[in-house]
Amino acid sequence: MNSFTTWDVIRNLLLSVPWTLFLSAIAFVGGSVLGLILLVLRIMKPHSLGRAITWYVQLFQGTPLLMQLFLTYFGLALFGLNPSPLLAATLCLSLYAGAFLTETWHGCVMSIPKGQWEASSSLALNLREQLQYVIFPQAVRVSVPPTVGLGVQIIKNTSLASVIGFVELTRTGQIITNVTYDPFFVYGVVALLYFAICFPCSMWGRALERKFTFKH
Amino acid sequence: MTDDQPHCLVEIKKLRKSYGQVEVLKGIDLCIQRKEVVCIIGKSGSGKSTLLRCVNGLEVFQQGELLVDGLPVKSQDAQAMRALRQKVGMVFQSFNLFPAMSAGSNVMLAPRLVKGLPGAQTRALAEKLLKRVGLEDKFDSYPNELSGGQQQRVAIARALAMNPEVILCDEITSALDPELVGEVLQVIEGLAKEGVTLMIVTHEMNFARKVCDRIIFMHQGLVHEMGTPEALFTNPQTPELRSFLSMNHG
Repeated sequence: MNSFTTWDVIRNLLLSVPWTLFLSAIAFVGGSVLGLILLVLRIMKPHSLGRAITWYVQLFQGTPLLMQLFLTYFGLALFGLNPSPLLAATLCLSLYAGAFLTETWHGCVMSIPKGQWEASSSLALNLREQLQYVIFPQAVRVSVPPTVGLGVQIIKNTSLASVIGFVELTRTGQIITNVTYDPFFVYGVVALLYFAICFPCSMWGRALERKFTFKH
Repeated sequence: MTDDQPHCLVEIKKLRKSYGQVEVLKGIDLCIQRKEVVCIIGKSGSGKSTLLRCVNGLEVFQQGELLVDGLPVKSQDAQAMRALRQKVGMVFQSFNLFPAMSAGSNVMLAPRLVKGLPGAQTRALAEKLLKRVGLEDKFDSYPNELSGGQQQRVAIARALAMNPEVILCDEITSALDPELVGEVLQVIEGLAKEGVTLMIVTHEMNFARKVCDRIIFMHQGLVHEMGTPEALFTNPQTPELRSFLSMNHG
């Protein structure tokens, strides 16, 4: 009655890994672009735009990603758009990642000593030059560990995209379980595959952290 | 435009500044002439650092006027501040070198970006300036590889790189170990002799006495007493200055 061999299970799960990686990559890149733009806007106009951006961040940090996915997928449908699960998932995950990344990076920029701003100001550098040559090179180093951490979170959170029908690793696991009735084995393999993706990322992050640390 | 009216390089008129309810500068009038070396002394909280930081717009003031070489300080106008700050160099208590750059790059950054000088020219400039502060062999060293005194000398070279009309020194030896103070003050003394206009906030009374043309004693947000070092140190007119000097010499 079980026509799936162990190898069939593993092979199908492995075949879905690229979709998880693809979704993670788009979410991370989209989130980074969005996060960087918002970061610069927030530094340029801390009072007007900064407040709006803070609300956006609070909204995405204060609601479950699962709800955000539902609202994006079904909300867009309300406006007459019928997004594919892929489009809805990438859009939602990018917004989600953007909120967390911009907040984290803003914290990194704020952690750069005030004297660095003052010294670069007094040398007549404009805001763009200050950010590009003085502040960001230092903030990037501070931001490596939390950014890698967020990246790993994003990879794991792509599993939630399964609820809107996007077929990635977790959704594939669900489908296979429906056939094999062996959830422990299937989800065990799924978990190991997530670990196999996330663990090297964390290790890489640590190596970068060591490489980038410097003393003031 | 009369000849007997001395031209002020830094002109401060009725300057007032408050932090919220607290007024820290209560109406400062000053005229710093070209090539003049002015030392500002006073207790902490007297407003001396705030006054200095108003000159290049690091602090925003509420009332009065401040001109450097005829250009008014307008802290809300980025374009105007970029022009003004090219005329005003600043050296800080905590050095504030850029840690991701070598000493040479610290010096070259502003001339390259702001003045748009070509690479070879900025490099030659930085080498010349590092030599001037006695650090010609430290071009490629990073700030964390330098002693406090060396870092501060790089910071002086960095300020000089924009060829400013006036250099502001904000307690530049206060963060240094005692044995490193001398090398930094020596560089400043050299600049004074070369005719660089300097505004120096300092606690080093012997240095102020030796190097400055004029001493300004600030007290509670006002210029309390002003004159040559000779006059102020040997014959202070006010009880506040007398008490300040006795504290510093005791």
